[in-house]
Amino acid sequence: MATPFATAIQIAQSIRDGSTTASAVLEQHLARISEREGEIHAFNLVTTEQARATAQHIDKQAKAGNALGALAGVPVALKDNMCTRGIATTCSSKILEGWKPPYDATVVTRLQQAGAVMVGKTNLDEFAMGSSTENSAFGPTRNPLDTSRVPGGSSGGSAAAVAAGFAAASLGSDTGGSIRQPASLCGLVGVKPTYGLVSRQGIVAFASSLDQVGPFTHTVADAALLMEVIGGHDPLDSTSLPQPLPSLTAVLDQGVKGMRIGRLVGMPEGCEPEVLARLEAAFAALQQAGATIVDITLPSLEFGITAYYLIAPAEASSNLARYDGVRYGLRVDSPDLNSMYGATRAAGFGAEVKRRIMLGTYALSAGYFDAYYGKALKVRRLISDDFATAYSSCDVILTPTSPTVAFPIGEKADDPLTMYLCDVFTIPTNLAGHCAMSVPFGTGAHNMPVGVQVLAPALGEQAMFRVAAQLERAS
Amino acid sequence: MATPHSISIETVAKVANLARLNLTPQEMATMAEQLSGMLEHFGGIDKLDLSAVVPMAQAVPLKNVLREDVVMPSLDRDEVLASAPDAHDGRFRVPPSAGQES
Repeated sequence: MATPFATAIQIAQSIRDGSTTASAVLEQHLARISEREGEIHAFNLVTTEQARATAQHIDKQAKAGNALGALAGVPVALKDNMCTRGIATTCSSKILEGWKPPYDATVVTRLQQAGAVMVGKTNLDEFAMGSSTENSAFGPTRNPLDTSRVPGGSSGGSAAAVAAGFAAASLGSDTGGSIRQPASLCGLVGVKPTYGLVSRQGIVAFASSLDQVGPFTHTVADAALLMEVIGGHDPLDSTSLPQPLPSLTAVLDQGVKGMRIGRLVGMPEGCEPEVLARLEAAFAALQQAGATIVDITLPSLEFGITAYYLIAPAEASSNLARYDGVRYGLRVDSPDLNSMYGATRAAGFGAEVKRRIMLGTYALSAGYFDAYYGKALKVRRLISDDFATAYSSCDVILTPTSPTVAFPIGEKADDPLTMYLCDVFTIPTNLAGHCAMSVPFGTGAHNMPVGVQVLAPALGEQAMFRVAAQLERAS
Repeated sequence: MATPHSISIETVAKVANLARLNLTPQEMATMAEQLSGMLEHFGGIDKLDLSAVVPMAQAVPLKNVLREDVVMPSLDRDEVLASAPDAHDGRFRVPPSAGQES
C-alpha cells in the first residue's frame, strides 16, 4: 500500500540491510519537524539531542554487526502522558509543570529495547480528556491534512506527528476512543488493544478500568509489529493479562474467507452520509474476499455514552486527587494545607478537567451514587452482554470509527455534550474491555479521511488484524 | 427550569469543596448549567429496567494478583524530591494543617 512516508517496517529493514542509517532517517524526520511543527503543534517537547544520541548508538550497533531490535532506528513519538525518566511529562496540564518522572513507563522501556528512537512527547487534551486536542493547556494541535481542522483527540498530537511524517509511528492512550478517533480523522491505523494486553505501568491514569495504550501507524503491518513490541504481560501492572500476546504479524496474509462480519442494525443518528457509504464499501470488499455479513444489534449502544461519561469522570476524580501540590508539579502557596490544595488545583487544571472532576465527584457523592455511578455500572454490564450476544453469531463487527470526518477547530469547543456524542462508536469497546482498531478506508466530506472501525471480543486481536489487513488491501 | 436532574449552585459549591477545587462564582454558574445539561441527557438511562442487572466495575476477571515479596530497588529519593514543589531534609514540606480548618 502506498503511504506518504516510509513505514516503520521499511525504515527498520533499510537500516538493517545497511542501505541507510538511523541518523540519516532521524535527520529526515527532524527536517520535517522544523518545516511544519510551527503550524501543526504536534509536540509538547521535541527531544532532538537524546534522539540523535540514540540514533548514533543504533548506527554503532549496526556497524559492529550486532543484532538489531525490531524497531531499530525507527523514529517514534510518545503521547505526553507516558512517563519518560528525566524528561518532562506534562499531560498537557499546567498542574504537572516542572515534573520529570523518576522512571520510564513499561511501554517506553519496551520501545527502547526494540531500538526505537524517541523524537518527542506529543500534545493531548489535558489528561486525555477530550476528542479534539483543543483542551491542551499549551494550545491545540492542527490536522496535518487540513490545518483548519482538528486532528481528533485525545491523542491528537500522536496522530498528527505520524500523519505529518514527524515520526514513523507513535503511541497513544485510548480510554473512550482517544487512539481510534484521531487515527480516523488523520488517515492512520490506530489500535485499542484488549484491556490488560498492554501494560499501563507508567501511563498517567485517567480512568483505570478503561485506559489502554496502543499504536498509530501508516499501515496495518506496522501496527501489528508495534503491538508485538509493546504488548504482553508486565508484572508491574496488576491488571496485566497473564497470557502471552498472540502473534499478529503472522496472520496478516490469512485473508477473511469464511469469517463472519457483524453489521449493526439500528445505526445511531448523526453519521455523515459519506461515512456510511465508506462503511458499506468496506462490507462489500470483505464479502468479495469471502467473508459473510451478519446482521447484529447492540440495543444498549445509545446508553454507552451516558455510562462512559459517568464512569470515566468518577474514576478520574479519584485518580486526579493526587495532584494536590505536595509531591510534584504546581503549588500555589497558601497559609494552610487545605486552602493550598484548592488553590493549586484551581490554578493547575483547565476547564474540561475541572468539569470532569466535578461530574465524577458528584456521581460518587452520598445521595447520588446509586442514581448515577451505580446505574452506569449496570449499563456497562448491559453493553458487555450485548456484545456477548452479537459475538455468538459473528467474529468481528464493523462500524464507522467517528460519525464525521475531522471538524473545524472551534466548532464544538464550547459545547461539551456535543463533543461527547462523537464517541458513540468507540466507547462501548472500552466499557467491555474489548479490542478495536480504526483502518483508513477512503475519504468523505471535504476530501478528509474516513476510518472504518473493526471491533472484536477480548483477545480477538488476530481476527481483528486479519480483517484490518484485508480492508487495507481493498482500499 | 428545574428538572429531576438539574444541579444547583449550592450543590456545585458542596461538590467543589469535596473535590478540593476552588471555583470562582462565574465558574460555579457555568458548571451548574453545563452539568445540569449533561445530567438531563444522562437521565435517559432512567427508562431502562436495571433492577436485575449486576454492576460491572471492571472488564477483566483478575483478582487478588499476588507475587513473591522480593526486595527490588526503590525510586531514588533525591530524584523524586527534585520534582517536589517544596522539600526539606529528605521529605516533602507542606503548609501547616492542624488548627487551620475552618
